[in-house]
Amino acid sequence: MARFVGRRLLYLLPVLLAVSLLTFLIASLLPGDLAYAILGDQATPEKLAALRAKMGLDLPIWQRYLHWLWDVLQGDLGRSFRTGELVLDAVLDRLPVSIELMIMAEIMGLLIGIPLAILCAVKNGSAIDRFFTGFAFANLSLPSFMVAILLIFLFAVQFNWLPATGWVPFSEDPVGNLRSFVLPALTLAFAEWPSLMRVLRSDMIATLQEDYIAMAKAKGLRPARILLVHALKPSSLTLVTITGINIGRLIGGALIVETIFALPGIGRLLVGAIYARDFIILQGVVLFVAAGFVIVNFIVDMLYGVLDPRIRHGRA
Amino acid sequence: MAVLEIDDDTALVAPVAKRRKLGGLFLCAVAWILLIGLAAVFAAFLPIASPTDMDMLGKRAPPSAAHWLGTDSLGRDMLSRLIYGARVSLTVGLLSSVIGVTVGGALGMLAGYFRGRLETFTVGGVDVLLAFPPLVFLLAVLAYLGQTVLNITLVIGVLSIPAFTRVARAVTLSLSEREFVVAARALGATHSRILLRELLPNVSLPLVAFFLLGVAVTIVVEGALSFLGLGVPPPAPSWGSMIAEGRESLDIAPWLAFLPAGTMFITVLAFNIVGDTLRALTDPRPGAL
Repeated sequence: MARFVGRRLLYLLPVLLAVSLLTFLIASLLPGDLAYAILGDQATPEKLAALRAKMGLDLPIWQRYLHWLWDVLQGDLGRSFRTGELVLDAVLDRLPVSIELMIMAEIMGLLIGIPLAILCAVKNGSAIDRFFTGFAFANLSLPSFMVAILLIFLFAVQFNWLPATGWVPFSEDPVGNLRSFVLPALTLAFAEWPSLMRVLRSDMIATLQEDYIAMAKAKGLRPARILLVHALKPSSLTLVTITGINIGRLIGGALIVETIFALPGIGRLLVGAIYARDFIILQGVVLFVAAGFVIVNFIVDMLYGVLDPRIRHGRA
Repeated sequence: MAVLEIDDDTALVAPVAKRRKLGGLFLCAVAWILLIGLAAVFAAFLPIASPTDMDMLGKRAPPSAAHWLGTDSLGRDMLSRLIYGARVSLTVGLLSSVIGVTVGGALGMLAGYFRGRLETFTVGGVDVLLAFPPLVFLLAVLAYLGQTVLNITLVIGVLSIPAFTRVARAVTLSLSEREFVVAARALGATHSRILLRELLPNVSLPLVAFFLLGVAVTIVVEGALSFLGLGVPPPAPSWGSMIAEGRESLDIAPWLAFLPAGTMFITVLAFNIVGDTLRALTDPRPGAL
């Protein structure tokens, strides 16, 4: 196991380095440069030159990258030139909201996906199975901003059950906090459950044809016990991987959903930085999110190795 | 004898019936794509109102002879805006997927055929690009480059390269060891001949299927960008921005959001159905997802 982790770690570092380089290079796509973007209308050649010298923009690009990387490694992602806020503080401030949203969405997605997958696997080929697999397929064509509009229309406009926007801290009003998360999380869950269900369903159909399931049936075990105890665990390996792969989409979805429902998370910070053309915040958030994404995928890989020994020993 | 098993006629009839049923949905999807595509191409010649002319007296009007689908919150013709919006969606969707399928397909085939350093390098590059959450990457790059149709198309195109590279490489890898390639090599065929005449025809079908699925994803991504107000700049209509505008009057005129949402949903679904049908045809595993 230690060798397996070591080998993956050896792979993680270059990827992280490449991610940081790419994040840095994106910023150089800016027409003109950062000094020009900061000064805007007030730019004069003298002011530009002074700011460039102050920010080290006149150095060669590789030197700037190394300076920047050195700062980042020390936890200094820079400071917004609009609000003066430290980027790292801004990110850490909003991180809990995004994490709460994604965890709730994942739980809701699993709550919808797992029972439907089991149902469809048991009734494989029946009308119910075809209905829900068809529904899941159609759902894949339904982007989260459309689901959000539908849910807002139903639950906030028509029935007035849940708030469409707004957010209260958990410490102030736990119930209100959870209520404000229901619609956003449900929106994200709608994008999650079809892939979870499709994967679990096909794995489960395969598991149910194994000899030991027939054995369990012959022993006279209750169907519920066979399904939940004997069949679910061995069928859920791909589910774990797909959960990891989905995180990328979940982050993208969270970005849109946070903006629609006015949740103060990382996604809204990023979109807000784009609206305000606050490039320092933008760069910091992109690096943070991309690095976090790489690391989470690394952890999911590890989990997969723990669940399935073949991954550890089989290949490579 | 194996031949005798064919006597079991249920085994023969069942798949045929299934394929015919799939065909109806498939044809509907193709018909819808053609309809939307033709309307978008010939929008300027259709007898429809201008998509940007405002009628301040006829705001949020219900369908009438003059405005078949009514007007939006600025009194602009909805049908016309839907059709001109299709232009943006389809242009971005098709062109960026073309970039992805050509560059990604070529890279993947070369990597899968020649192996070695080229493959290591390509796979590494693909992994790094896939290490970014795509929407975050897209938004960041566009924030620096500026939001124009050209930039959006190019950046989504570049972002779709890794996925196409993976598919093309995987298919090429498995084909390269097959007899017909070995035979061609034994006959002294050049690398370019093997790649273009032997491998390309076999790689292209899975790639076309993936291309259609890519168009569906791209239309959604472009819609999300426009919805956030970071896509094609107004007043040019786009389905995403129409949904965002319609959201403001969800309580008094919900159809303003639901018309573009429905159009976009059916279009994306149509591309998914066609792509998925083609993919299922090229995938030998029965009922594979």
